[in-house]
Amino acid sequence: MDFLNAIVLLSNYVLIPSLVYGSQLALGALGVTIVFGIMRFANFAHGEMMSFATVSTIFITWWFQSIGLTAGILPTALLALPFGILITGLLVWATERSVFSYYRQRKSKPVIFVIASVGVMFMLNGVVRLFIGTDEIIFMDGLKFLIKAGEFKKWSGLNEGLALKQTQVLTVLLAILAVAWLFWFLQKTKMGKAMRAFSDNEDLALLSGIDPEKVVRATWFISAVLITLAGVLYGLDKSYKPLIYFHLLLPIFAAAIVGGIGQPLGAILGGYIVAFSEVAATYAFKKFLRYLGPEGWSPEDLVQLLSTEYKFAVSFLILVLVLLIRPTGLFKGRVL
Amino acid sequence: MSYLLGENLIGGYGTGDILKGCTLSVARGEISVVVGPNGAGKSTAMKALLGMLKVLKGKVTLAGQDITSMSPQQRVQLGMAFVPQTNNVFSSMTVEENLELGAYVRTDDYSDTMSQIYELFPVLKEKRLQPAGELSGGQRQQVAVGRALMTKPSVLMLDEPTAGVSPIVMDELFERIIEVKKTGIAILMVEQNARQALAIADKGFVLVTGQNRFTDSGQVLLANEEVRRSFLGG
Repeated sequence: MDFLNAIVLLSNYVLIPSLVYGSQLALGALGVTIVFGIMRFANFAHGEMMSFATVSTIFITWWFQSIGLTAGILPTALLALPFGILITGLLVWATERSVFSYYRQRKSKPVIFVIASVGVMFMLNGVVRLFIGTDEIIFMDGLKFLIKAGEFKKWSGLNEGLALKQTQVLTVLLAILAVAWLFWFLQKTKMGKAMRAFSDNEDLALLSGIDPEKVVRATWFISAVLITLAGVLYGLDKSYKPLIYFHLLLPIFAAAIVGGIGQPLGAILGGYIVAFSEVAATYAFKKFLRYLGPEGWSPEDLVQLLSTEYKFAVSFLILVLVLLIRPTGLFKGRVL
Repeated sequence: MSYLLGENLIGGYGTGDILKGCTLSVARGEISVVVGPNGAGKSTAMKALLGMLKVLKGKVTLAGQDITSMSPQQRVQLGMAFVPQTNNVFSSMTVEENLELGAYVRTDDYSDTMSQIYELFPVLKEKRLQPAGELSGGQRQQVAVGRALMTKPSVLMLDEPTAGVSPIVMDELFERIIEVKKTGIAILMVEQNARQALAIADKGFVLVTGQNRFTDSGQVLLANEEVRRSFLGG
């Protein structure tokens, strides 16, 4: 019984949350890694693009709600998601046309692109706040819990409850769908193969007649899909705060680099590694250990590595360690 | 009758001219080999024919048509194929995907061409699901040539196809190149292994400082005392 209690406790506070958070990071890191693979620069505006995508989706959600259009027990934001993707696609395309294509024509060095993307980041940050304000926004509606902690306790007879939010299940399901679609696209379609070829060997791709403009366009579109999914799922699961996506940039980049930047599989693995490390390092294991230890024994302190305020230190530490020990990441990506 | 002809080419990078009026040509169903010391402008001449280098003076014609001002992509569409010396495969992609990408510009069914290439290079069929980067040097060159052949080109240009492969592999590659030639393709290649290359050449060009020093059939060049002493090591 104690053992089961320990497992449920760990699932509720560590395993499920980090699986969900990991899926959100993986989607974000996939976007970063795809853009890097094709255009060879780290897009620092990625976080703010996620913020923009979420805000667009929130506005559409509010509009749907105001005309009485909802999705029943599902969140209305799911209906707004395709429109969010479209608007984000337009934004991303506008930045490409007005900023990045200029530097590509001049064949600028990657660091110039990175700095330009930092500019885009600050600009978007301001624009987004202009429209949505600085308040926290919860835009989740529909059924909140699929399994409630109290009901679970009653049903199982355990001391510990297990709660499962709808957004958690949605996040994991949509992440699986998106990743499956992405891999199908990259492996099976002509454009996907052209993108991989372009990422592998740009000169030879040009010699083979692959149009770089088309590849760039497809890349931005895919990144817009991933950006919107990652942003909206994160916002639905937690809440929308203007600075939260800026803060997410660090774990997302850590995830992309741990996995090997430019490697889609690496980005997914990296997302889960960063998420599990972050959640596990900031969780207090006292109660968990009490269940597993002898009767009546209890650890003296909280058995918590870091207090939750320091959770970003985990990403930072992982980032530094990877760059020191294995700069190409687990899947042998490129070196930034 | 020359199918691809570069006449009196003058050009180079920046201000300095590397090509100082050299002339190269190749006919269909024949092999032309360009040899010469380092810095003679062999690869540069190849790039000029392909349009990857601005030609200041001179003319490039393909089947009688003046293509001097065309971009490399346009020339590829017209049937010119090029195998670079290095980084000539998509190393993270499988052999089959490499071939498919070779046919990227084709809109018709290319499965016939692919099976022809597998016939020509049986080892590629065996390894078709392996990433090209995991193959040996000689096999990688076969992938590179196979990729270039996927467009069904009329001219195949090879920049030092045997660089860095063992003598046995080199012989095998040359044999394959002769087979490709027999299908009626014009083959122009730059080679460091001058003696072996001239032995299979219908036409040979010895370039020195961007100019033709000797131009003749491969056999005649091999027999020429001066060519042997100066360029073939005795």
